[in-house]
Amino acid sequence: MSTLEDFRRETRAWLEANCPPSMRTAMPDGELVWGGRTVEFKNEDQRLWFERMRDKGWFCPDWPAEYGGGGLTPEQNTVLEAEMRRLRCRPPQINLGIWMLGPVVLEFGTEEQKRELLPPMARGEIRWCQGFSEPNAGSDLASLKTSAVDAGDHFVVNGTKIWTSYGDKSDWMYMLVRTNPDVPKQQGISLLVVDMASPGIEARPIDLISGKSSFCQVFFDNVKVPKGQLIGPLNGGWTLAKALLQHERRAMSKFGEFALPTHFDLLSIAGKYLPAQDVSSPADIALRQRAYAMAMDEMAYSLTAQRMGEEARARKNVSGLMSIMKLVHSEQEKDKFEVLADVLGHRALGWEGEAFEAQELAMTKAWLGSFAQTIAGGSSEVQLNVIAKRVLELPEGGAGKQGK
Amino acid sequence: MSLVYSEEQQLLADTAAEFLMAKSPVAAQRKLRDEGMSGGTADGFDAALWREMVDMGWSAIPFPEELGGLAFGCKGLGAVFEQIGRNLSASPLLSSIVLAGSVIELAGSEAQQAEWMAALIGGDKRIALAVDETPRHDPAAVALRAERAGDDYVLKGTKAFVADGVGADAFIVAARTGGKPGEKGGISLFIVPADAPGLQVSAMKTLDSRNHATLVLNDVRLGVAALLGAEGEGFAALDAALDRGRVCLAAEMLGATQSLFDTTVEYLKTRVQFDVPIGSFQALQHRAAWCYAHLELARSTVMAGLAAMDDPALDAAGRARLASLAKWKAGDAAHRISREAVQMHGGMGVTDELDVGLYLKRIRVAQASLGDGDFHCQRYGEVTAAEA
Repeated sequence: MSTLEDFRRETRAWLEANCPPSMRTAMPDGELVWGGRTVEFKNEDQRLWFERMRDKGWFCPDWPAEYGGGGLTPEQNTVLEAEMRRLRCRPPQINLGIWMLGPVVLEFGTEEQKRELLPPMARGEIRWCQGFSEPNAGSDLASLKTSAVDAGDHFVVNGTKIWTSYGDKSDWMYMLVRTNPDVPKQQGISLLVVDMASPGIEARPIDLISGKSSFCQVFFDNVKVPKGQLIGPLNGGWTLAKALLQHERRAMSKFGEFALPTHFDLLSIAGKYLPAQDVSSPADIALRQRAYAMAMDEMAYSLTAQRMGEEARARKNVSGLMSIMKLVHSEQEKDKFEVLADVLGHRALGWEGEAFEAQELAMTKAWLGSFAQTIAGGSSEVQLNVIAKRVLELPEGGAGKQGK
Repeated sequence: MSLVYSEEQQLLADTAAEFLMAKSPVAAQRKLRDEGMSGGTADGFDAALWREMVDMGWSAIPFPEELGGLAFGCKGLGAVFEQIGRNLSASPLLSSIVLAGSVIELAGSEAQQAEWMAALIGGDKRIALAVDETPRHDPAAVALRAERAGDDYVLKGTKAFVADGVGADAFIVAARTGGKPGEKGGISLFIVPADAPGLQVSAMKTLDSRNHATLVLNDVRLGVAALLGAEGEGFAALDAALDRGRVCLAAEMLGATQSLFDTTVEYLKTRVQFDVPIGSFQALQHRAAWCYAHLELARSTVMAGLAAMDDPALDAAGRARLASLAKWKAGDAAHRISREAVQMHGGMGVTDELDVGLYLKRIRVAQASLGDGDFHCQRYGEVTAAEA
């Protein structure tokens, strides 16, 4: 009879034997491995680590073994995560399908769908993208209009999705579609999964104020989607969408643990660009103090992430804490880049070319990029609505239908 | 370093919550204030309540067993201070135990520890820590002189904003034996009995109705036995003791802010205007949601600050950094939330009838005590830059 401690010992030994030392270092930019039909590896260690974890079923450790998962109990999964953190193992691959769609298929999918969709996900063979937002359905997601019309054995999908990350690089999309336009908006939505190679789909990358981006707009022109690719009940997609968004928040915080964007260390940059203490003007001193305060805010956030992890492991309710993380982090990032831009002065105003250092140009792009953070994935205003209603339980108002 | 209370620490917090709610609710602080105004107790706290706190062992929490303590750590103490904050309970736990007791633990000779520790822990004597001279806290700015005169020292100068100074049995006075104001070297610590000739103690009536005092030292002559630690090297022990005080005060502010926030959210749900609860207005909902976020951020920094005091793996700079972060962020959250609490209570928020004002006033004093936000921001930045 194996106890949890035995499992911990075995897991530790297995990870030590199988995780290459180079996969136990902080992950530099651009070294994420994305699962999908074609997986690109930068080196042999990445490939080894990917294959070993895949063969162990540990891309999805807590999924049932019959669907390609590791079959671990929640307790064992917690142990595995803790041991991976302890050894500083990189995630063997990034696959948003596993984190977001997987749990929803497990909960709402038919047996056939589970057998068809989950094992390739568990082997890291399909790269998923998410089709939720539309040009006229952002914060008010339920007003989405992309239609799926019943045509016997299949649906015909028409419309467009926007802000689809890596829409041009993904193999499949899970998407919300309108299947009944004649009922209150939440009640006419369904969840479909669609092969991006289907005829009639076009994904166009979107240029942002910061330049090239991974976002796409995806167009659907009479796309045929077999009926078997409807997940959950017809017109019952809104419940699934809410479940997916819950998983998205968790996935984003998981993602945030290792896929930190290029980190700009505020205090060392301030040290480099601001005049030395003894020749600082009052304005320099005031700016330095703002940089200190910003660094303290960042520290308060990372301590909160740490505390949330600790409370979750102690089986406490962390839904309140979880609800502030996205809001706080995205707002802080914006504030931080404002301070950085002030510290750099005109060095933060470059666009390209030799007159600016690479880090300065990256900083400028990151400043522009930070504006998207308080909009994407639920704007700050929506986050505040959620906190007010779900955490503080403040009463519904006239505008109370927002952000539910 | 754990950022949550252990089971034992939580148990202590629960006991403290129950005890203070029964024995020292906000109504008791209001009564203390009103009686103090009409010439009642000058101590700013209820001596019988302090006796009970001592009997429960609170005064022994932070000290090692060989000094008669419970070795339960600052995090244990923080659990108590959070509840003290919730109830605005006044006691000399911070001044005489956390601050003065810590200086004697860290800098005192065996003889000095033998003379004072049991008396402090037992609540039989009180010592107040006299550091500030200028309007804003800055321990390196000490200017009060201690001149060598034969085998003695002669202290001359003034100290202000000495917490629980009225009625104290003695003071720990930070004085300059070398260097100049602004320098950390050259500061020495002395124990000065309250009845020392040349020492004058007068009350500063502060808006939180607590006990604060001004000290005038007019050629106070002290033997060398009054010196705590080595001459000119008092700053390290002083700053370490202050850091313990800062995190405990941060925990107190956190508790006070949490209580004020809970009251305010409740008010938003019950106060009706335009035929609806005002909490249904998005303008208020978003501000309340931000208050919640800042309160949670503050809690994380306070837990880290408390844990840092108990973490043998950290050096003095590492502890200083987290203590300053805790005091800064707890002060920041307290500031935002106390202002919003008054505003959201509308006209009632500015009346003396509600307790909101009592919280606002105590929070303002706690923010300024042991270093305000600007002080701790600069300190955090300097410590971090020095480490890099």
